[in-house]
Amino acid sequence: MHPLLRTVLQRLGLGLITLFVVSLIIFSAIEFLPGDFARAILGQSATPETVEAFQKEIGLDKPPHERYLNWIGGVLQGDFGSSFSSRVGFRRSVMEIIAPRLLNTLFLAGITALVAIPLALGLGLLAALYRNSIFDRAVNAVTLTTISFPEFFVAYILMLFLAVKFPIFHSLSNVSADMPFFEKLQRTALPVLTLTLVIVAHMMRMTRAAIISLLASPYIEMARLKGVSPGQIILRHALPNAWAPIANVIAFNLAYLVVGAVVVEVVFVYPGIGQAMVDAVRSRDIPVVQACALIFAVTYILLNLLADVISIATNPRLLHPR
Amino acid sequence: MSELEQKLKMATSLAGKGKVSRRDFIQLAMLAGFTAAAGNAMFVKAVRAEPKKGGSARFGLAHGATTDTLDPVGYPDTFTQCAFWGALSNSLTEVDAKGNVVPDLAESYEPSDGAKKWAFKLRKGATFHDGKTVTPDDVVASFRHHMGPDSKSAAKSLLDPIADIKADGPETVIFTLKDGSADFPYLASDYHIPIMPVKDGKSDWQSGVRSGPFVLEKFEPGVSARFKRNPNYFKSNQPYLDEVEFIAITDVAARTNALTTGDVDFIGRADLKTLELLKRNPNVEILELSGYGHYVLPMNTTMAPFDNNDVRLAMKWAIDREEIQKKIFLDHATVGNDNPIAKAVKYAIDPEPKYKYDPDKAKFHLKKAGYETLKVDLSVADAAFAGAVDAGVLIKETAAKCGIDINVVREAEDAYWDNVWLKKAWCAGYWSGRPTCDWAFSIAYAKDAAWNETFWKNPRFNELLVQARAELDDAKRGSMYGEMQQLVHDDGGTILLVFNNFVTANSKKLAHGEVAPNWENDGLKIAERWWLA
Repeated sequence: MHPLLRTVLQRLGLGLITLFVVSLIIFSAIEFLPGDFARAILGQSATPETVEAFQKEIGLDKPPHERYLNWIGGVLQGDFGSSFSSRVGFRRSVMEIIAPRLLNTLFLAGITALVAIPLALGLGLLAALYRNSIFDRAVNAVTLTTISFPEFFVAYILMLFLAVKFPIFHSLSNVSADMPFFEKLQRTALPVLTLTLVIVAHMMRMTRAAIISLLASPYIEMARLKGVSPGQIILRHALPNAWAPIANVIAFNLAYLVVGAVVVEVVFVYPGIGQAMVDAVRSRDIPVVQACALIFAVTYILLNLLADVISIATNPRLLHPR
Repeated sequence: MSELEQKLKMATSLAGKGKVSRRDFIQLAMLAGFTAAAGNAMFVKAVRAEPKKGGSARFGLAHGATTDTLDPVGYPDTFTQCAFWGALSNSLTEVDAKGNVVPDLAESYEPSDGAKKWAFKLRKGATFHDGKTVTPDDVVASFRHHMGPDSKSAAKSLLDPIADIKADGPETVIFTLKDGSADFPYLASDYHIPIMPVKDGKSDWQSGVRSGPFVLEKFEPGVSARFKRNPNYFKSNQPYLDEVEFIAITDVAARTNALTTGDVDFIGRADLKTLELLKRNPNVEILELSGYGHYVLPMNTTMAPFDNNDVRLAMKWAIDREEIQKKIFLDHATVGNDNPIAKAVKYAIDPEPKYKYDPDKAKFHLKKAGYETLKVDLSVADAAFAGAVDAGVLIKETAAKCGIDINVVREAEDAYWDNVWLKKAWCAGYWSGRPTCDWAFSIAYAKDAAWNETFWKNPRFNELLVQARAELDDAKRGSMYGEMQQLVHDDGGTILLVFNNFVTANSKKLAHGEVAPNWENDGLKIAERWWLA
């Protein structure tokens, strides 16, 4: 078996075990939430009979281990269960609620990644190339400033200038599936910009640090003595060896874009999965909360797996360990 | 009235219909003795005041969740209520801006047998969006949708008084009540009871086909709902708008921004803290209405020390409601006088004496009850109403000067309604209010009401409640309800801090008539009642 394939399979197996543990944690954490779900969903105005009828309908009268097995069994068959907002004769599956939100989130994350990753890599490389120059210091100062502010602050500042004072973009990013692509892009411009400002510093600093530490190694000195141009040194000699740490940081930030954008979603009213999860927690729609948490866990596990594979594939020493 | 004045009046109504130019109007106004500026102002007012058809509007509402459905057993908040009741549907009756109940999908209604039997005649020519005529069977199924032992509907207890509903001929529905109720038409105006088409003996709520002013185009739960005008609507003049969209914007800052940047034309629940700043925006109009909703501190009248009315009176005099109104509700509320019937409701009185902060009176009643000083717990959480915890702390300060030592217990917000409300001797709560005395009293002050949060069982009150319900003579009813309000005020366990105001903001592009205060957003019917200026 190819060593890379073996590593991937091994990691996938470990990922599955992690997921199992995560599912246990999610389920028991939700069990510990105070209050009665049925009561919380039906609200203050619910009478005891309605609460009882509803508890029976969503199966809350059964013991926890039975409910866990039912849930995880369904998930294994690709069925995340039905939302508590279902009614008799009208099933709302969890997927039906989550799928459009997940697509929106992936759209936002994708566009942000397309902007932020090349930007961060480029800035990082240039900063390493011209380290300690004015350019290097300026890039560092700006990106560190934007990462230091809380997201909602950056979001409101951008909104103030780009939507209120100079109405270039929309302050509401309520995209929908039937919107034309370019309108969608225009609507998401401010959230994309905010998220970019928030994540660029991390990736850019890591790129810069990885490259700089390599530039001190003997083989780079050799290349320099050979007369290779500084740009070529970085692109051809340093960068291939720097992929491992950079890939890890990129994976981390991508995962953050999927699971951590909830503040930006709320500020710009972007219908993403983070808002769906907060909504579900508020209205105690437990099947949706569980599904969101599992999706977030899968995102982290898969992206980390991908980063590991990239770092192994680009490093022969890791690829053929002795 | 002089001839000129008459002409001007006519011109005003013509201007509203767009039939008089601004120049002609101002010339006429100047002839009648007004300045050009005043004439211009009159013209603008006239043009804005007369409803016009056409255009589209977007409403940014403070609610909306992924759990929202078209099913009226839910409709937990203003998003579903405004969109799926106000815009999409009709009930049999509606409450107008003056607080009177008027026919909506019904054409008329007639009580008989001591208000025990109500015959509702349906409007001729009223159809559902698919063209089907609205029949009595639809009405029967729509009510039955909430009734029955398995019902989870929030309107289940509301419809408890109904013993039987049946169709009588092609256009009449007969409701038989368990006891006589003169206010039954009000009950039929509830937003939980839209009339839906019947399919296989059951109400078809899934399809979204209703009878209302707007046809549902698209609904994304927790995001938005889009509608277009119903061309066959039974009210020929309404609705005015061609298209409306409701957008869920739960974050108040995002809502304010959406309004100021023009992404929406109206926002519900404006941010009180920044309202003064929003007022400076020349394109924004702010509406503030005192509704029926109120914030209360119910005392359990069966638990010590509140089982003694003098203790209750001492508490009522020991609270500085004015200060709470100013400091916690920032002047966007109306001070309460321990009468849960809002001023806008028919038969409302303002009972004497008016409770205000008076340490001497509080001490007097405390002494009468046999206490020199008193120590009580007050359970609060912001789940009851925003600001409940702060209000508790303020009350602690003022009550301390009256010899009452209040221990403010901050309860968990989660499960507040489970573990605190109806369980602790003194806590905080809220009521969204009801449009009639009977309804408000039956739900929270009657001796066997499930939500009688003060466990108050006043025999005279409960006797009057049943009598007044079936009394059809207006004057007699009025005096009965007056006496009941006085009883609640004098003897009840409810401390009513304030009636909360509905504060909304809209772009001046939108215009409206007199705004109904019975529910938020023009009685939830903003889509049907507002137009583009």
